[in-house]
Amino acid sequence: MLNINNLHVSIDNKQILKGLNLAVQAGEVHAIMGPNGSGKSTLAGVLAGRAGYTVTAGSVTYDGRDLLTMEPEIRAREGIFLAFQYPVEIPGVNNIYLLKAALNAIRVHRGLSELDAVDFLSLVRNKLKLIKLKEDLLGRSVNEGFSGGEKKRNEIFQMAILEPRLAILDETDSGLDIDALKVVADGVNSLRGGDRAIILVTHYQRLLNYIVPDYVHVLTDGRIIKSGGRELALKLEEHGYDWVREEAAVA
Amino acid sequence: MSEAAVAHYLDQYARLPQSAPVWLNGIRAAAIDQFRRTGFPSMRQEDWKYTDVRPIIKRNFLSVAAGADAARPELLDGYTMQAWDCHELVFVNGSCRSAYTHIRDLEQGVILRSLAEVLRHDATGIQPYFEQVHAKSQSAFDNLNSAFLAEGAYLYVPDGVCIEKPIHLLFLAEQRPEPLVGHFRNLLVLGKQARATVIETYAGADSAEYLTNTITEYTGAASAHLRHYKLQQESLRGFHVGSLRATLGRDSELVSHSLSLGGALVRNNIHAELTETGAAATLNGLYIAGGKQHVDNHTCVEHRVPHTTSAGFYRGVLDGNARGVFNGRVVVHAQAQKTDAQLSNANLLLSSQAEIDTKPELEIYADDVKCSHGTTVGQLDENMLFYLRSRAIDEKTARSLLTFAFAEDVINRIDFKPVRERLELSVAGKLPDTELIRNFMA
Ligand SMILES: Nc1ncnc2c1ncn2[C@@H]1O[C@H](COP(=O)(O)OP(=O)(O)OP(=O)(O)O)[C@@H](O)[C@H]1O
Ligand SMILES: [Mg+2]
Repeated sequence: MLNINNLHVSIDNKQILKGLNLAVQAGEVHAIMGPNGSGKSTLAGVLAGRAGYTVTAGSVTYDGRDLLTMEPEIRAREGIFLAFQYPVEIPGVNNIYLLKAALNAIRVHRGLSELDAVDFLSLVRNKLKLIKLKEDLLGRSVNEGFSGGEKKRNEIFQMAILEPRLAILDETDSGLDIDALKVVADGVNSLRGGDRAIILVTHYQRLLNYIVPDYVHVLTDGRIIKSGGRELALKLEEHGYDWVREEAAVA
Repeated sequence: MSEAAVAHYLDQYARLPQSAPVWLNGIRAAAIDQFRRTGFPSMRQEDWKYTDVRPIIKRNFLSVAAGADAARPELLDGYTMQAWDCHELVFVNGSCRSAYTHIRDLEQGVILRSLAEVLRHDATGIQPYFEQVHAKSQSAFDNLNSAFLAEGAYLYVPDGVCIEKPIHLLFLAEQRPEPLVGHFRNLLVLGKQARATVIETYAGADSAEYLTNTITEYTGAASAHLRHYKLQQESLRGFHVGSLRATLGRDSELVSHSLSLGGALVRNNIHAELTETGAAATLNGLYIAGGKQHVDNHTCVEHRVPHTTSAGFYRGVLDGNARGVFNGRVVVHAQAQKTDAQLSNANLLLSSQAEIDTKPELEIYADDVKCSHGTTVGQLDENMLFYLRSRAIDEKTARSLLTFAFAEDVINRIDFKPVRERLELSVAGKLPDTELIRNFMA
């Protein structure tokens, strides 16, 4: 589904990603872990189409098509969803209308009919139960005045409604209480399987107790230097990143 | 060029009929005299530093003979507020058209008429308001306005009376072979505890080239309350110079909304004098300009006594090659302790060619005051744009949405629904994907 090949990305002439390789197949869950500043959010941003990055080498394909030339809104319509590490507040833009417009843009792109207000609301009610988002947040401006945890929940709520094919969750677990963590996990697990894929960026193996990944990757200094199964996360938690770096240096 | 233009207006003045009351002729004569001496302002003058009035000067606008045309104005349907049950006075090409004026069920003692009518019949009541000295800081346009003073609206609300229906003053300019100027003087007088809502709308035919030169004088007695809306929707080839001059008495309140959307070259002045304790002025403003429009807003609040309040909140959206000017002046006089004055002006530049000159001017001579001001100039927030686009919203719609949301901050302060809706429509009408974005508004 997603093929990242030797990806080199710089911001303002500063090299951030330095030859990153990653292949994600439909149905898989990949966890990406790595120290602060190693390039995890940069990778997520490049995949979602954020401006300001220069790809100096390498390629990214999504279903065999060049992802990097697509506008961000086309990527979203093609099924890519980024849950932001820091969701932005947008005063004056209504949360629920944004979500309805987003869903309908995606549906139209897929050749489906737009949902009317009634069907949309019943969908919203269903997902609200799953995500346990406070209903009054829906009528407010996007993320405006939301608590840190509410913002993260709102991202997961959007994901649950939009049902992306490739979901990228950038530290959605950071700043969440245990209950919220389970909610996020339920949201992700309910999407799991079939032709969907999920990339989880996280610092804590705790999340991986609830969402058991198929692969765990270690990203340091702009490269994936080690990949493994779920047990790799446990080892990282116990021993940190130094041993992986040393191992990579020797190899 | 300026001398020729001055000569043109002196000539126009000489042709005026001398039918006005004697005291008014005195005021007119003094004004034209002052105009003769000062001429038009140049950009060397601080007050006009960023606004070049030469496009106005060079056009030699003609004054209109009153009651010149009787046909139903085509523009009327688009701008009338009759659907909302208001009193409405309609002015076309400079003079009041009584055929389209609707004034019904006025409260006891209230006077609402065109100024021309008042001058024809009984002008003694208004004389004191014109003889009030506004002598300092009269611009050339103010002087011309006084010199040609003949038309406008007069509202008098006696003590304790609350006018239930809003009052709509509608000024329309039609397409004419020669460029016309309309000089309007509106006089609003509210007695103690009187209340009123006044809306001024200025509009013109699409390609009409004309000048509107308008002054609204407001005097509010103790505890009077005026809600004032100015909807400036002049033609994109029209010129507009307008002022609101308010004098507020004890515990009197003015809430002003200045909404400036049209015009090729526009100057809006607001001058509020807080002359007694408890007076409060709220000045909200929104200006939206694109193409080659030039829009200049000057506000000035004078805190003259202790315990007065003012809050200025202006936002501007500039696109294309548009040029904006905002000058917000707050003067806190030495005796005006416990003044609370806030001023903010935020600007959104949608194109790299658009420009804004914004300057808050705080002059504070008292020491126990609470004053704050802030001005910002920025582009659309890239993070917000990306967030919306990552949610499948196309770029054009995302930009419109964020622009509209910015303007809504002012629009949402309007508590009179017809004006708010009309404004939302006009603002959204300037943006792509109008239908879609209206749904998004929080
Ligand atoms: N817009 C930018 N301008 C300059 N440098 C940037 C920019 N964005 C990211 N960087 C730099 O790129 C590097 C990688 O940042 P990134 O946000 O991808 O790290 P991360 O792995 O997500 O870290 P964290 O775990 O703290 O979220 C950092 O050194 C960061 O300072
Ligand atoms: Mg990050």
